[in-house]
Amino acid sequence: MNRRKNSEAERLNFWEKLYIPEIAKGLGLTFSYMFRPKFTRQYPEERFEPTGSYRGRPVLVLEEDGERCVACGLCSRVCPALAIEVQAAETEKEKERYPEKFEINMLRCIFCGFCEEVCPEEAIVMSKDYDLVFETKKDAIYGKDKLLVPIAELQDRLEFLRQYK
Amino acid sequence: MVHITIDGITLEATEGKTIIETAFENGIQIPHFCWHPELSISGNCRMCLVEVGFPKKLSDGNLERNSDGDLVINYFPKLQIACATFVSEGMHVRLNSPKVIEAQEAVMEFLLINHPLDCPICDEAGQCKLQEYAFLHSKGESRFIEMKNHKDKRVPWGPNVLFDAERCISCSRCIRFAKEIAKQDVLTFVQRGDHVTIELFEGTKFDNPYSMNVIDICPVGALTSPDFRFKSRVWDMSFNDSICPGCGRGCNIKIGVRNNEILRLEPRTNLFVNKYWMCDWGRLTQYTFVNKNRITEPMIKNNDQLKIVDWKEAIEFTVQRLRQYKPNEIMFIASPKATNEDNFILKKFANEIINTNNIDFLKHIDESFEDDLLRVKSKTPNERGCEIIFKDIQSLKAIELAENIQNGKIKVVYAMEEDFADYPMILESMKNLEFLVVHTYNNNEISLLANVIFPASTYAEAEGTYVNINGRVQHFTPALVTRENFRFMGMKMSRLDKFGADNDRWTYHEQRNCKQSWKILQMLARALSFDWNYRNSSEIFSLIAGEFSEFKSMTYELLDKFDGIIVGKADSPESVKYKYESHYMKPN
Repeated sequence: MNRRKNSEAERLNFWEKLYIPEIAKGLGLTFSYMFRPKFTRQYPEERFEPTGSYRGRPVLVLEEDGERCVACGLCSRVCPALAIEVQAAETEKEKERYPEKFEINMLRCIFCGFCEEVCPEEAIVMSKDYDLVFETKKDAIYGKDKLLVPIAELQDRLEFLRQYK
Repeated sequence: MVHITIDGITLEATEGKTIIETAFENGIQIPHFCWHPELSISGNCRMCLVEVGFPKKLSDGNLERNSDGDLVINYFPKLQIACATFVSEGMHVRLNSPKVIEAQEAVMEFLLINHPLDCPICDEAGQCKLQEYAFLHSKGESRFIEMKNHKDKRVPWGPNVLFDAERCISCSRCIRFAKEIAKQDVLTFVQRGDHVTIELFEGTKFDNPYSMNVIDICPVGALTSPDFRFKSRVWDMSFNDSICPGCGRGCNIKIGVRNNEILRLEPRTNLFVNKYWMCDWGRLTQYTFVNKNRITEPMIKNNDQLKIVDWKEAIEFTVQRLRQYKPNEIMFIASPKATNEDNFILKKFANEIINTNNIDFLKHIDESFEDDLLRVKSKTPNERGCEIIFKDIQSLKAIELAENIQNGKIKVVYAMEEDFADYPMILESMKNLEFLVVHTYNNNEISLLANVIFPASTYAEAEGTYVNINGRVQHFTPALVTRENFRFMGMKMSRLDKFGADNDRWTYHEQRNCKQSWKILQMLARALSFDWNYRNSSEIFSLIAGEFSEFKSMTYELLDKFDGIIVGKADSPESVKYKYESHYMKPN
């Protein structure tokens, strides 16, 4: 009768059934890696510096005369996670409108970048900031104090957007 | 009656009507900016250009037909404006021919040349006709590379209207409104060509009582309301239908809500009541009392100190105190501010449970408020309804309440949704009462005197009916969420309210613990061991319909279907005509 070898034990040959050479082989591989160059980054002592294409936490662009944002609310509308809340108010400046309140709930944010994509003023952009720490739910809601970032620090991203948007 | 054919559909039209009117009455949209059914024809925006023609006649008088047997139409070589071309027998109209589309795209391109495109800043964005048509009828590209014209921004026309000349597309709707509807002819075009702008005549102000309607009819964001400016984007609000409680007219309104707060009121079309308009006073004042200074929890007074209690305790306290008095020592004050349902249940409560006939209501009249467009002197929304419900009651009069309290006839007053603001004598006399129960919306003079305060739902939180000054019964539903109706509001809430979680700061709105007056009365009735078990307002309305011939065979569905029904005419309601919606893509 032509019976097929079906169980694990039947498929293995004698040396394989012994296991010891296999263990030695595996350990051999591990040991060989110990002596190769290391890829592990010693975070936080050694930090990863992302390029302009990186989507970190969304921030508001701060120019010399104040924020660019006119509180149009499109970011809030497009946000799939409903993370953004904007409350507009009137100013005396030429752009009549500014965000009286601009809050991003970083617990809700999924870093998709839709807010940046929809922004008609290029006022909200994705920064390189990726290590976000908060201890309470309340801390996770970032107001204008944390969101506004001077334009000089965002040059990489703005350059990237100009190129590819 | 004439027959016209629009895009292959033959319609019956009334002679003397224009193409655009006929189209709208039959549910066909023709793009337009300056035309408005209540205003005179101006014909200046050129957006409604259509191709018009007539069948070709042969020399023998017959109509020429092609090989397929279709009529051969001779279209005029030039396009006609649908808003100023009157229908005539056999007229054929094409709305979508290449020629028409080219003209529409040209008009759009032309209008957008000097339009600032500051939609991110503009309050109109999201409900703007120019924005709608830029998507529907424009190429989406501009060939104009020169500098745009700059004009004045933020020009105050009057106390309630701000004008932005750059955004204006010179449709003249506001000029015609001022002249024809508001009868304050102070606006006019000045300059020519692309420098044209609208100005007030020297030394005048656009400050008539209906001025803010121009904000609604303005097809773009050139006219904005200083009261609303930048409070919210349109798409973040929910717009729920309601009735203005400001006066006896009962203007149909929409309530714009975000974060469970009313941000603005605007008129809703009802051709039988307010057409497309409402007054500024109503628009600006009739939401503040809902948002601010509310009583949100039941309160009882112990040792001259008001304290917040739960509903059960407040009801038990009230019942216990009411039992100590004879029925004829108790006076019930109904209210023309409350719905028919509330007043009916109060009457039922007084008659059947307390066994007293002492129930009456107070009118609030302001002669100076009346004018010949919408405003009427009765400053309450449901005076007629109260008159009907309390027509055969033999009661002590409410206006004599002060005397009756002074001479000791009345020791207890149960005032439902009545603030006595126009009756200082009564307020003064109430200090001598032994027990005062009130249903009230706000902290006011009466709530200071009360022994028990029940937080009542305002018009924006209740469902019910009002009867306006002309006897039109109108139904409205809640726009705001209270703890009581939270489960039923569902999709009527604004986007943010619907999807918020407890860690979102934007859902930290006030959810008030107020109830509709009839529900409070039902709780009292049950505490007095009467088995009242009405589940919703429509159940009570069907009781009213059974008891009063004026409301006979009315239901909420019928009222909604016919835009309200005149009392006693539920069998033959006026038929509803097509409702023109100027900004039809507006979110709801």
